[in-house]
Amino acid sequence: MTDPTIEIKVCLGTSGKASGGEDVLRAFKKFIQESGIEARVGSRCSYKTVGCRGFCSKDVLVDVIVNDQKTTYQSVKPIMVEKIVTDHILNGNPVPQWTATEDYDSFHDKQYKIVLGPCGEISPDSLDDYLKINGYKAARKAVTKMLPDDVISVVINSGLRGRGGSGFLTGKKWELCRKQPENPHYIICNVGEVNRALAEGNPHAIIEGLLIGGYAIGAEKGYLYIRERYHISVERLRTAIIQAKEKGFLGTNIFGSDFSFDIEFSFGTEAFICGEETALMESIEGKRAMPRPRPPFPAIKGLWGKPTVINNAETFSNIPMIVGKGAEWFSSIGTEKSKGTKVFTLTGKVKNNGLVEIPMGMSLRDIVYGIGGGIEGGKELKAVQVGGPSGGLIPMSMINMGLDYESLSKVGSIVGSGGMVVFDEEDCIVSVARFFLEFLQRESCGKCTPCRVGTKRMLELLTKITEGKGEETDLARLDRLSAIMSVSSLCGLGRTAPNPFITSFNHFKSEYLAHIRDRKCPAGVCKALITFSIIEELCKGCGLCKRKCPTKAITGEVKKPHILDADSCIKCGACYKACKFKAIKKV
Amino acid sequence: MSDFEAKKDLVTLRINGITVQASSGETVLTVARRTGIDIPALCHHPKISSSGACRVCLVEINGVPMTSCTTHAEDKMEVITNSPYIEHLRRDMIDLILSDHPNDCMVCQKTGECELQELAYKYGIRNPIFSGERRIYSKKDGNPFIDRDMEKCILCGRCIKICDEVQGVGAIDFAYKGFDTKVCPPFEKDLNCEFCGQCVMVCPTGALTGKAWIGKGRYWKIQEVDTTCPYCGIGCNITLHISDNRIVRVTSPEDSVVNKGLLCVKGRFGYEFVSSPDRLKTPLIRKDNELHPASWEEALSYAAKRFLEIKETHGPDAIAGLSSARCTTEDNYLFQKFIRVAIGTNNVDHCARL
Repeated sequence: MTDPTIEIKVCLGTSGKASGGEDVLRAFKKFIQESGIEARVGSRCSYKTVGCRGFCSKDVLVDVIVNDQKTTYQSVKPIMVEKIVTDHILNGNPVPQWTATEDYDSFHDKQYKIVLGPCGEISPDSLDDYLKINGYKAARKAVTKMLPDDVISVVINSGLRGRGGSGFLTGKKWELCRKQPENPHYIICNVGEVNRALAEGNPHAIIEGLLIGGYAIGAEKGYLYIRERYHISVERLRTAIIQAKEKGFLGTNIFGSDFSFDIEFSFGTEAFICGEETALMESIEGKRAMPRPRPPFPAIKGLWGKPTVINNAETFSNIPMIVGKGAEWFSSIGTEKSKGTKVFTLTGKVKNNGLVEIPMGMSLRDIVYGIGGGIEGGKELKAVQVGGPSGGLIPMSMINMGLDYESLSKVGSIVGSGGMVVFDEEDCIVSVARFFLEFLQRESCGKCTPCRVGTKRMLELLTKITEGKGEETDLARLDRLSAIMSVSSLCGLGRTAPNPFITSFNHFKSEYLAHIRDRKCPAGVCKALITFSIIEELCKGCGLCKRKCPTKAITGEVKKPHILDADSCIKCGACYKACKFKAIKKV
Repeated sequence: MSDFEAKKDLVTLRINGITVQASSGETVLTVARRTGIDIPALCHHPKISSSGACRVCLVEINGVPMTSCTTHAEDKMEVITNSPYIEHLRRDMIDLILSDHPNDCMVCQKTGECELQELAYKYGIRNPIFSGERRIYSKKDGNPFIDRDMEKCILCGRCIKICDEVQGVGAIDFAYKGFDTKVCPPFEKDLNCEFCGQCVMVCPTGALTGKAWIGKGRYWKIQEVDTTCPYCGIGCNITLHISDNRIVRVTSPEDSVVNKGLLCVKGRFGYEFVSSPDRLKTPLIRKDNELHPASWEEALSYAAKRFLEIKETHGPDAIAGLSSARCTTEDNYLFQKFIRVAIGTNNVDHCARL
């Protein structure tokens, strides 16, 4: 009989670290060392720090693997470590109350993980780990056995479309760039917000994808564009680049060929507009990130005026797999026109928040109720905002729709940044649209009139409605503004900025009208449109509301019905939440 | 370019039903304007690269609204510049700009030559339907030449581009984001540049004006006189704006051969000496340590007499000539000839060498 092997995997992605993952890891090491467990078990414990596996709401996630038997613990705190080690590792009895629940399994089981697969399994800082899962084999195959045009053909045939915004066919973009006679060519990888898990969990896949892309389009230089404050992503990518260089996967004469390729970082600051490819190029060039007019398209005239391909990290992460396993494998996943998988950030009022990867075409219902586990507190789903701030709201009635580029575009939404925010019956749809417009107005670069002024005016009109001052003519104005902005703005930000309004108005017109005609907020969110009062018959005079009220608006004697003074009430809702007898009325 | 190559690059397109030819690098806007079809544009300026920011020059190209200033003419393109749809979009674009503009044309120096005012007039926009919050800035710039009223700025970016692309200075750029976007010098300090005033020249509104000409007369009451700038040998073409027999402003014709409408700080803003009470109007001769006005005849004779005396007593090398950059090349040639031949010395130099 062989000695038992013990491996402890701790999630140290951004969320894992923020939840105290480093302390948990330290606690494991300390306890195991101090109590001499290795000697007692007769085996060495190995530790592995892994990237995000998506289920961030249950961080810190820890896998304890004894003899290939994996047990996952969720929400681990350093204080729990001693019991886990004693019960589980020493005595072979996993601690049932802390192990991952059904949610964890259903969250993962219903996903289709291609790019996120290795995240949370392998150590991002270990090239060996990546090589064990066939890392750099695809790049070697491409560079040594395939012509650039063949690589492009594979990518075209796979049907892979850009995972960033408009969903242009990646291979076609590469082909157009490759054909340009002007040299040099550049290739850029945008590591956006939603790509952080990829950079933190499996940075080598991005590097390999970028390398294959560089070979295919004839570029010798690649850029990693990333916000400087994504420290963990930057560090892990940096380590990966150094490791790849040491092995000769980057640099000159890669895999013994005459192909040379190098990668440089370009750091961005806090600007949503840098997701727009021409603005991103301006930023790399050291200028203010403002989009350029198109045409010319970047594939013809891009960075420094040279032919350039820009894709995001998710797109690049797919490349090694496509080249390695073939176009047919990839195109067998997804729908007719949208192939492969897509990563979404599932947030909002859903039970299980986190990063999810789904096959294209999966229904919204399966995502929200299957992976997400339904709505928190058993409430009714109202709508889902898909595609980030400038995406569109999809109502409950359309929950059975499958998500892909075409179907989303049909309902006025986009794949966009892959954001997915779930709203329930307690969310006011006008406030939701207002919230997104506020973000978009702040992030408008200010260059073109319709976006700069248009988003401001839309925000003002929506604010007016939520403040109970809306008029029906405001809806006509919003409609007119939306129409102008979506056709005449310079870039995608301005063109899609009206989406939150357009889609929410299409599906929730009555809620808008309730704000305007009846001066009511049906969801009870807009402060100007709600009032709190105490129902005398139900009030027991317990005094809880009185103690919770920050403005002393509630008065009354113990065991006698209390009185709420509407003039001093700031409508914070503290009394409403506190009352155990449902004696506070919100209208 | 040979005739053959030129022909190869020619494209044929239709603008409002008129068939026109263009070379392939030309923008639709340029071709249309050359054909006599006016397309309004607030951010486009012939001296700078197109940015497509104001979105006023939208036209329908093969049925899709696109900015004519950034779209290159292509073969078989079908362009409509004045469809009701385009006019509607354009009107709303002007409306949006005006909704964030002081609209105080009554007191604005730019009245009458303001491109935004022209468009407001054309589209009859008195009260913008998209009215809302306006940007309010209290700070005025303390520099001596350029009045910057950023509330009137429509963020077309012309000033930024001409400063960067033509003047090569880059004194200003956009700052902030969204509705708060603003054109300003670094860290919002006072403007501290060459003050060539190229930005003032291209500003379509009253956001940038010369401090010297504010309140000195309305555009249409001014008499324009073309002349040559007296400051240096380049001899830029300038236009003096005269009101009450005083120069109140200097501009330069855009098509001027010498300077193509561009001026320097002196040519554009340094004209007040003309009407200065301190200005020397006659030659002065110093007698008994005091300066006395003299006629040109007297002054020249006196100078000639002294030159001869000095040359005879101390030799020609006792005299040196120093010429001015404000003279033309011809003047300077004559001057050195005079020093070398008439005086007989090589002691001649020029202030521009300093």
